[in-house]
Amino acid sequence: MEVPVLKQGPFLIATVQAALTDDDLVQLRKAMVERVVLSRSLGVIIDVTAMDIMDSFASRTLREIAQMIRLRGAETVIVGIQPEVAFAMVQLGITLEGVVTALDLEEGLEYLNHKFKNNA
Amino acid sequence: MAKDAERSLRGAMRHHTDDPSSYDATAVLLRELVSHLRQNRTQLREEWARRITEAQLLTAMSKDEIFAEATAVYDQYVEALETGTFEALQAYARSLSERIIPRGVETHEVVGIVLLLRDVLARSLFAKYQADFRKLDRILDAYEPAANRIANTVAVGFVQERERVIRQQQEAIRELSTPVLQVRERLLILPIIGVIDPQRARQLTEQLLRGIRTNRAKVVVIDITGVAAMDATVANHLVQTVEASRLLGATVIVTGLSPEIAQTLVTIGVDLGKMNTVGDLQGGIEQAERLLGYKVVPIEAAG
Repeated sequence: MEVPVLKQGPFLIATVQAALTDDDLVQLRKAMVERVVLSRSLGVIIDVTAMDIMDSFASRTLREIAQMIRLRGAETVIVGIQPEVAFAMVQLGITLEGVVTALDLEEGLEYLNHKFKNNA
Repeated sequence: MAKDAERSLRGAMRHHTDDPSSYDATAVLLRELVSHLRQNRTQLREEWARRITEAQLLTAMSKDEIFAEATAVYDQYVEALETGTFEALQAYARSLSERIIPRGVETHEVVGIVLLLRDVLARSLFAKYQADFRKLDRILDAYEPAANRIANTVAVGFVQERERVIRQQQEAIRELSTPVLQVRERLLILPIIGVIDPQRARQLTEQLLRGIRTNRAKVVVIDITGVAAMDATVANHLVQTVEASRLLGATVIVTGLSPEIAQTLVTIGVDLGKMNTVGDLQGGIEQAERLLGYKVVPIEAAG
């Protein structure tokens, strides 16, 4: 299942659908880095609002995406983690360490705009 | 429910004799018993009320109150014996319990007074039928299962009502002590007071995360001034709450750690780099405001 990725100015917005298989996640990682290079994006928002489970593989893959994108000089923000999902994650010790998170798309964009306004 | 009561009464009675006409005989005996209890209503109630006071039960109530309730229980008792149905008695037991529980009446008192009534009535039967032992035997066969059922109904009714009250109070306490308060745009405060057990900690976390999403909070101040102590399990819950809040894009500031709790956190090796702490609530709010880009200045007096 391919994740739709939209361009919003200097940023990319990837909206994850509900059930992502491990393969889908690996695909996403590959696709995001390629798109960042192609669009010369400054930032990426990955919207996981529709994800009702976040397991350790998904968490690790998202961390890897953020690290790879950072090597291209761009910033990643994960948005839309649901309260129930967040609760389950911390109980399992899955923390998305080192990855910027925000409440929703609006907050994510505000973060990126703020960060790149300062750097401009 | 009524049919079950009658059936169990009859079943208990039939156990004592195999004579098929015995049920009718038992019914006759019960009627005789009931009319005896009605005729001697005054003395028996007074005797019972006297024995209640003697046994130092229902000390939370006045003599008049005891007599009034004794009358009501007595009449319900005789009614249950007569009809073999217990709904009215159950309903009465519930309403009695609602009245006396706030007065501090305890379970042993309720069980005690019902057993005393059973004794008072049994004694009066001994007195009446002492000349005819076989008749007394048959009357007791009719009386005992019913009396036991009645004692049980009243005691269980009381205990169930107590449990219901306790559950209600627990719910009320739980709701009282975990408000999530918005004090500025994007700023929430969670003042925690009292004892946190793992269940409450879990409830707090869920409530806070929902609050962060609903209020779109960017900073949360969790104040634990009112929490005396915390064990390792609860401390870990607190750390988890901080982490989960971050996943929703909110920064948590914990304020009001007592010396004991500070010691617990250090001893159990909580990663303090993950926790943003400030001494007191005031300091916490000030830092939160800075994080949100607020500056608080005094209003200059005009002129």
